[in-house]
Amino acid sequence: MSFPLLTVTAAVPAAGAVITGALPAARRGAAKATAMGFALATLVLAAVVTGRFRPGGAQYQLTESHSWIPAFGVRYQLGVDGIAVVLVLLTAVLLPVVMLASWHDADLPAEGPKDKRRPAGAFFGLMLAIEAMVIIAFEATDVFLFYIFFEAMLIPMYFLIGGFGQKYEGRRAAVGDSADESSVRRSRAAVKFLLYNLLGGLVMLAAVVALYVNAHSFSVPALQNAHLSTTAERLIFLGFMFAFAVKAPLWPLHTWLPGAMGESTAGTAVLITAVVDKVGTFAMLRFCLQLFPGASAWATPVVLVLAVISILYGAILAVVQKDIKRLIAYASISHFGFIILGIFALNSRGQSGATLYMVNHGISTAALMLIAGFLISRRGSALIADFGGVQKVAPILAGTFLVAGLATLSLPGLAPFTSEFLVLLGAFEHTPAIGVAAVVGIVFAALYVLVLYQRTMTGPVKDGVTALKDLKVREIAVVAPLMALLLFLGVYPQPVLNVVNPSVGHTMSALHKQDPKPTHPVAEAINGGSR
Amino acid sequence: MNPVNYVYLAALLFTIGAAGVLIRRNAIVVFMCVELMLNACNLAFVTFARMHGGLDGQIVAFFTMVVAAAEVVVGLAIIVSVFRTRHSASVDDANLMKL
Amino acid sequence: MNSLLGLLIAAPLLGAAVLLLGGRFVDRVAPVLGSALAGLSFVLGAILFSNLLGKPASGRAIDSDLFTWMHVGTFKADAAFHLDQLSMTFVLLITGVGTLIHIYSIGYMAHDEKRRKFFGYLNLFLAAMLILVLADNYLLLYVGWEGVGLASYLLIGFWQHKPSAATAAKKAFLVNRVGDIGLAVAVFLMFTTFGTFTFQGILHPSVVSSAGQGKATALGLVLLLAACGKSAQVPLQSWLGDAMEGPTPVSALIHAATMVTAGVYLITRSSAIFNAAPTAQLAVVCVGAVTLLFGAIVGCAKDDIKKALAGSTMSQIGYMILAAGLGPIGYVFAIMHLVTHGFFKAGLFLGAGSIMHAREDEVDMRKYGGLWKKMPWTFATFGLGYLAIIGFPGLSGFFSKDKIIEAAFAKGGTEGWILGGAALLGAAITAYYMSRIMVMTFFGKPRYTTKAEGGTSPEAHESPAVMVAPMVVLAVGSVFAGGFFSLGSRFLHWLEPVTGHSEGHSPVSTGVLTAATIVLMLLGMGLAWFQYGMREVPAAAPRSIWPVRLARRDLGQDDFNHAVFVRGGTRFADGLAEFDAKGVDGAVRGVAGAVGGGSSRLRKLQNGYVRSYAFSMFGGAVLIVAATLFMRAV
Repeated sequence: MSFPLLTVTAAVPAAGAVITGALPAARRGAAKATAMGFALATLVLAAVVTGRFRPGGAQYQLTESHSWIPAFGVRYQLGVDGIAVVLVLLTAVLLPVVMLASWHDADLPAEGPKDKRRPAGAFFGLMLAIEAMVIIAFEATDVFLFYIFFEAMLIPMYFLIGGFGQKYEGRRAAVGDSADESSVRRSRAAVKFLLYNLLGGLVMLAAVVALYVNAHSFSVPALQNAHLSTTAERLIFLGFMFAFAVKAPLWPLHTWLPGAMGESTAGTAVLITAVVDKVGTFAMLRFCLQLFPGASAWATPVVLVLAVISILYGAILAVVQKDIKRLIAYASISHFGFIILGIFALNSRGQSGATLYMVNHGISTAALMLIAGFLISRRGSALIADFGGVQKVAPILAGTFLVAGLATLSLPGLAPFTSEFLVLLGAFEHTPAIGVAAVVGIVFAALYVLVLYQRTMTGPVKDGVTALKDLKVREIAVVAPLMALLLFLGVYPQPVLNVVNPSVGHTMSALHKQDPKPTHPVAEAINGGSR
Repeated sequence: MNPVNYVYLAALLFTIGAAGVLIRRNAIVVFMCVELMLNACNLAFVTFARMHGGLDGQIVAFFTMVVAAAEVVVGLAIIVSVFRTRHSASVDDANLMKL
Repeated sequence: MNSLLGLLIAAPLLGAAVLLLGGRFVDRVAPVLGSALAGLSFVLGAILFSNLLGKPASGRAIDSDLFTWMHVGTFKADAAFHLDQLSMTFVLLITGVGTLIHIYSIGYMAHDEKRRKFFGYLNLFLAAMLILVLADNYLLLYVGWEGVGLASYLLIGFWQHKPSAATAAKKAFLVNRVGDIGLAVAVFLMFTTFGTFTFQGILHPSVVSSAGQGKATALGLVLLLAACGKSAQVPLQSWLGDAMEGPTPVSALIHAATMVTAGVYLITRSSAIFNAAPTAQLAVVCVGAVTLLFGAIVGCAKDDIKKALAGSTMSQIGYMILAAGLGPIGYVFAIMHLVTHGFFKAGLFLGAGSIMHAREDEVDMRKYGGLWKKMPWTFATFGLGYLAIIGFPGLSGFFSKDKIIEAAFAKGGTEGWILGGAALLGAAITAYYMSRIMVMTFFGKPRYTTKAEGGTSPEAHESPAVMVAPMVVLAVGSVFAGGFFSLGSRFLHWLEPVTGHSEGHSPVSTGVLTAATIVLMLLGMGLAWFQYGMREVPAAAPRSIWPVRLARRDLGQDDFNHAVFVRGGTRFADGLAEFDAKGVDGAVRGVAGAVGGGSSRLRKLQNGYVRSYAFSMFGGAVLIVAATLFMRAV
C-alpha cells in the first residue's frame, strides 16, 4: 500500500489542533510556536501533494479508499483533482499567514478584566482544526465523508466567532459601544452563523439520504455513472445547492456573513471568507455539476440571475457600510457572486475562471482584511468615520492597503483581474445579457474600494489617528507574501490554470457540454485573404 | 358468576380514582386515588387472566403491587417533607416545576 | 530588435518598481533615476524608429511574443507586442514628451518631500501607456488602459492630504471605469464572434464584414464608450476638469499630451471595425463635434488657468475624435493633430506650471497680469504654444487643424456642412479663449501686490533652467512640427499603410476654407483683446448673464451628475441597505421570531400544577383510546 499522503495532510493539522489545545494555558508562547509549526508542516505536505499531482492524468489522483460503514456503503475515500489541489494549497498557504497576523489576538482580553486571559492554545488549536476539516472536505470523494466534515467545521468556527472578538491595542474609541454590547452582538452573530449553516446542512442531510436511497452509493466516481430519475435528480440537487448557497453565500441567503465577519477578529474573518466559504463553491463544482448535470443545466438560469444579483447587491451595499469589516464582507458577497456566475456559466472559461477566482479572492481578501485588522486594532474602532489621513502617518500601511484594494477591484496586473475576466467572458459566452449586467459590477467595485480608501487614508489627519504607528516587521512579513502572490498570479496565472484546466475538462464531459464556438471564426473569413 | 362483572367493577374503581386525582386537592387523598386506580388495574389484570386462562395477568398484578408499594414509600416521604416545609398538603400550593 | 521592444517597456517599469519599493534609500537619486529611465526608453524608441525607417513601407512592423498569459481551451491571451507605424508614433510622443516632463519635474517638484513616489508614479504611467499602445491584442491593451487609469488616479490624488485632490482622483477613476465596461464588453464580443481578439486576427475588412453590420456597429459603439471615458468626451467628460488637482507636470503629460488621447488611438487602431459600421462612425463624429464645442465653451468661462486649459484639451481631443470618426479621410489627420497637440498643449501646461511655481500655486488668472516682463522665457514659450493652438499660419496647429476642418467638410452632404461648421466655429472660440488666457496672464498691469509692496503675493520670477529647457524644446516642436509633417505629406505616407487613407473632396475650396479659418481666428483674438486687453480685468468674476454662469459651472455637468447619480445613487443604496436589514434579514429574523414566539406560548402550558398535568394526561389517554377504538371500528 502506498503512503497515505492525503490522510497525512489532513491529519497533521488535526494532530496539531489536539496538541496545541492540550498545552497548559500558561504556556502561551509554546502554544503559538507549536501551532505555527504544524501549520508550516501542513504547507510542506500540501506542496508535496501539488508536486505529486500530474495535470492531465487520471481525474482523481493520490486516491485512498477504505471501507468505513459497510452497512450503508460509506467509505473513507480520498482523492484530489486539479481544483481540489489548488484549494488545498491555498488553505495551507493562508493558515500560517493568518496565524502570524493573529499572533497577539488571543493575548489580552478584548474586554473585561485583565486577569481573564484568553487561552491562546484554544485560539490557534481551533484554527488548525478548521484547516484539517477543510482539507479533508476538499479531498473527500465520498459524499457522506464530505458531509460529515462540511458540518463539523461549523463547531470550531462557532467557537472562534463567539469566543474571540477583535483585539484592540490602543484604547477603545468612544463610539457609544460598551464591551458588553459588543460581546452580546458577537455571540448573536455566532449563533446566527451556526443556525444558518445548520439549516443548510439539515436540508443537505435529507438530500444525502435521498441520494443513497436512489443510487445506493456514496462514492463520487460511482455516482457519476448512476442514473437518477429527473425529479429525484432535481430535488437532490436543490438540497445540495441550498446548503452550498448558504455557505458560499448566495443572495438572499447571505445575511449571516456581514455579522460573522464584522464581529470576529480579522484572522477569523479571513478564515470564514477565504477558507471555509470556499468549501461551498468548491462543492458546487464537484457535487452539483458532476453528480447532477441535468439538474444543473435545468437550474442554471435561476442561479445565474441570483449570482448577478449577488454581484450588484453586495457591491452596492458595500458602498454604504459604515464599518470597515462589514464593507469587506459585502464585497465578498459580491465576489462570491462572480465565482458562482463562473461555475454556472457551464463552460470551461467560466469554471477555470471560477476556480482561479477562489484562489485569487482568498489571497486578495486575506490581504485586505488583515491590513484592515492591523488598522482597526491600532485605532480601537472599525468605523470608517473614525479614520482619515492615515497615509500621512502610516504610509506603508496605506500603500499596502491600496494595493490590496486595487486587487479587490480587479485591476489588471493583479491576480483577481485574470479570474474575473475569465468568469465574465464565460458568462458572456453563456448569455450576453448576463455578462453585460455582471460587468457593471466592476464600477461598483471601484466605488466601494476607492470610497473606503479615500475616507480612511486621505484628507487631513484626524484626531485619533495622529499617533498611529506604521506596520511592524511581523505585519510586513504577513503582507509581503500576499502582495508577491497577487503580483505573480496577476502576471502569470498559467501555472494554476494548467493544473485546473484538465479537471474542468472532466467536469465539462460530465455535463455533456462543449464550449460555444465563435459565430464567425477568423480562419474562415480570411481563407485566401491577403493578410 | 360472570367474570365480566369484575371488569365493570374495575372500570368503576378506576373512574372513581381518576376523578379523585383530578378533583381533590389534598395530596394524601390524591395519592390514595392513585392507589385506587392501580388496584383497579390489578383487578382487571387478574380478571383477564382468569378469562383467558393464562398466568400472565396474575404475574403483572404482582409487579404492579411491588411498584405500588415502592411508590407509597417514596410518595409519602415527599408529601411529608413538602408538608413540613410548607405546612400544607394541597397540591395547588406547589407549582415550582413550571418553566 | 524584438527584445528591444520588451526593454522599452521594462525600463520605466523597473524605475517604478525601484522607486516605489526602494524606500528612503533611493530618495536622493529618485528624480535623476526616474528621468534617466524615461530617457533610456526614448533612446530605445529612437533606435527602433530608425530600424523601422530602414524597412520597406509595407513591412514596417516588429512583433515580440513574450509569454502566454492565460490559456483556457480555445481561449488564448498572450503578452505580445506589435510595433508598427501607428504605435511607433505614439511611442516617440510618449517617451519624448514624457522625458521632457520628467526633467521639468526635477525642478517643479524639488521641494516636495514625496518626490520619490512622484517619479515612481510617472514611470509607472510611462510603462502602462507603452503597454497600451504596443499591445498586439485588445486584452493586453485593456491592461495598459486600466494601468494608465491607475497612474492617473495616483497622480491626480498625489497630494492626498487635500480632500479635493482625493475626491478628484476617485472621480477620474470611476468615470474611467464606466468607459472600461465598453472595452471589456468589446473583448467579450470579439471573442464570441471571431474566436480571437488580436489585432492581426480581427482588424481586416473581410473579417469584420463577415460578422455583419450589426455586430460591427455594436463593437464600434462599445469601443466608443471606452474612448469617451478615457478621452473625456461627452457624456463622460466630467472628470477632466477636476483632474487638474494633480501636480501640473501630470496635467501636462497625462491629462493633455498622452493618456487622454488614448481614445483617439483606440478608434484609429480599430479603423477596420469603424469602417464597416457607418452608424458607429456617425456616433463618433457626433461625440467629437459636441465635445469640441462643449470644451471650448467651458474653456471660455474659467478663471482657473489649468481648468481653462483642461477645457481646451477636451475641445482639441474633440477635433481628433471628429477626424477619426470621418473614416479614412480623417485618421491620419487625427493622429497628426494628436502629435502637434501633444507638443503645444504640454508646452502650455508647463508654462502654466512655471507661473504657478513662481506665484506659490496661484491659479486664478484674475490675480495675474503683466507677467511677460517678469518671466520672459515662460512668456515666449507659452506665446508660441498659444499661436500654435489657435492655428496661426505657419505654426503646427495651423496645419493639423486645418486638415481636420477640410476633412469635416469633405464628409459631404448636410452632415459635412454641420460638422465643418462646428469645427470652424470651434476654431473661432479657441482663438477667443486662448487669447483671453494670454491677455489676462501676461499683459495689462499686475493685479496683485507683492510682499515688497505690502501685499501677500511673492515676487514673480523666472523658473530655473531645468524647467525652462523642456518648455523651449516643446515650443520648438509647437512651431515646426506641423510644417515638418506636412512637407511632402510625409506624415501621411508614414501612417497610410496602417490606417489607410482616401482623399476627400470638400465642397468648399481649400483656399476659401483657410481664409475663413484665419478670419475667424482673428475675430476671436480681437474679441478677447477688446474684452480683456482694452479694459481693466475685475478681481472677482462679475455677475453675468446666465449662459456665462452656466459655462462657469461646466454647463451643469456636475450638477447633473450629482443630482442623478450621486444623490439618486445614494438614496437607492441606502434604500437597499434598509431592505437588506429589514427585508432579507428581516424575513430570516421573522422566521426565528415566529418559532421563538410559538415556543413561549407553548411554554405557558407548563404551569407547575400537578392536577393540570394529570388532566392533560387523562385527556391524552382518552384521546388515544378513542382513536384506537375508532381505527378498529373503521
